[in-house]
Amino acid sequence: MTTMDQALERTYPKPSINMETEAYWAAAKAGKLVLKKCNACGKTHFYPRAICPLCTSSDTAWYDASGKGVIYSYSVMRRGATPYAIAYVTLDEGVTMMTNIVDCDFDSLAIGQAVEVTFRATEGDQVLPVFRPI
Amino acid sequence: MSRTSKAYIAGIYEHPTRKAIDKTIPQLHMESAIGAVQDAGLTMADVDGYFCAGDAAGLGGLSMAEYMGLDVRYTDSTETGGSSYVIHVGHAMNAIAMGKCSVALITLAGRPRAEGVATLGTRDYGNSLPDLGFEAPYRPVVTNQYAMAAMRHMHEFGTTSEQLAWVKVAASHHAQHNEHALLRDVVTVEDVVNSPIITDPLHRLDCCVITDGGGALVVVSPEVAKTLGDRCAKILGHGEAIKHLNAGQVDLTYTGAVKSGPIAFDEAGLTPADIDYVSIYDSFTITVVETLEDLGFCEKGQGGKFVSDGNLISGVGKLPFNTDGGGLCNNHPNNRGGITKVIEAVRQVRGEAHPKVQVPDCTIALAHGTGGSIATRMGSSTVILGRNDA
Ligand SMILES: [Zn+2]
Repeated sequence: MTTMDQALERTYPKPSINMETEAYWAAAKAGKLVLKKCNACGKTHFYPRAICPLCTSSDTAWYDASGKGVIYSYSVMRRGATPYAIAYVTLDEGVTMMTNIVDCDFDSLAIGQAVEVTFRATEGDQVLPVFRPI
Repeated sequence: MSRTSKAYIAGIYEHPTRKAIDKTIPQLHMESAIGAVQDAGLTMADVDGYFCAGDAAGLGGLSMAEYMGLDVRYTDSTETGGSSYVIHVGHAMNAIAMGKCSVALITLAGRPRAEGVATLGTRDYGNSLPDLGFEAPYRPVVTNQYAMAAMRHMHEFGTTSEQLAWVKVAASHHAQHNEHALLRDVVTVEDVVNSPIITDPLHRLDCCVITDGGGALVVVSPEVAKTLGDRCAKILGHGEAIKHLNAGQVDLTYTGAVKSGPIAFDEAGLTPADIDYVSIYDSFTITVVETLEDLGFCEKGQGGKFVSDGNLISGVGKLPFNTDGGGLCNNHPNNRGGITKVIEAVRQVRGEAHPKVQVPDCTIALAHGTGGSIATRMGSSTVILGRNDA
């Protein structure tokens, strides 16, 4: 969590947003990570969709996630001017999402490490959920 | 014994170029097509089915069929990245079995080196590509995705960088005999693990080459095969599958080969113990380790041990693989290696591989393609081939 890490952090491109996902990105702008749960089968899916891919019900609803999880896997890109850590994080809600790990010493990352959501501004005035070690 | 087969691979051609400064992509398609058709002992006028993937410019096969002067009654443009052409072999077999065509041509070509494109760009789908917003901002490139699979495999099974390195070492032992291979130097485990880290835990030498070029296959009916002599390879079994992120239930330790493999083995009535030679898609060393496990050549998690100590080197180990040098050393035309996997498997069952790497009495070969990404969504396809008298 050094200032150097911050200085080196890359610029995030604007995410692709459509009608199915605009609530997710609006929540991110408000500093919240939200997920989609299906009222018919009770399961959370990721990425969020209008129709549940697990049971085909259209009765899907947004809810606030805990923002907590553990690193499922990661890789630190060493090539290029700005190293960055890509990862999959398994959320407490049971789904795994791709993300970046920030505010960290890249050399001390580990599978199983506990992380929490934080946010980064992107190009095009959007906000992106990322994760940092707790 | 003589096994029945619904279709045969009669013609193969791997374009010799690895950097095509002075040729267009359609030209590479057509040179490859002519090469495969001639190899089969046929002419372009005999082709009545055309198969291509996203590397062919135009709507499916329309523009390329016109460019090449084809007159076809069947077409398929299934696109699953580098595995497309292995899938096409199965689809051609099915079409032939249904009487829809009798001479199917499959082509691939591209020139990422000449055009200075490291890896394939994604077609612009606007905001309709559903996964795009949840992945692209985190900058997943090809290398760091496969790296995450490797990292997880190491975590769960204790796989080491040295074990992964053996895959590259084996490929390099084969590539030294291939005059067209991009990289012909034999490397050691130390060379691989001491090469620069690209993205943890993958080193530069864990990654495949980027090459221009192309390839083509001609799949024919048994009736046509009968007229062409004993260089035709029997298609004994074929399987395909899509594996994806499964609504967030992510597991990077296996590939779509867990499904495509058993389908192909069942259709062939064979098991991994029957296979004399394998072509395994080798975009990265980890791709080979996971795929061999998934196809049943060893237990899940034991792939690292399995590939070690030269076990994949022809004449040395138990399972000779990628005797052309594979994507890791020889050729990965247009970042799509499926067609070269099938081509080398056909060379092996014909007995036409380089004498230094030819598997003695090679009767049954397996070729496997992986397209897309091992860490998100992939198309997997397995084909099992038999020598003409198998
Ligand atoms: Zn549901």
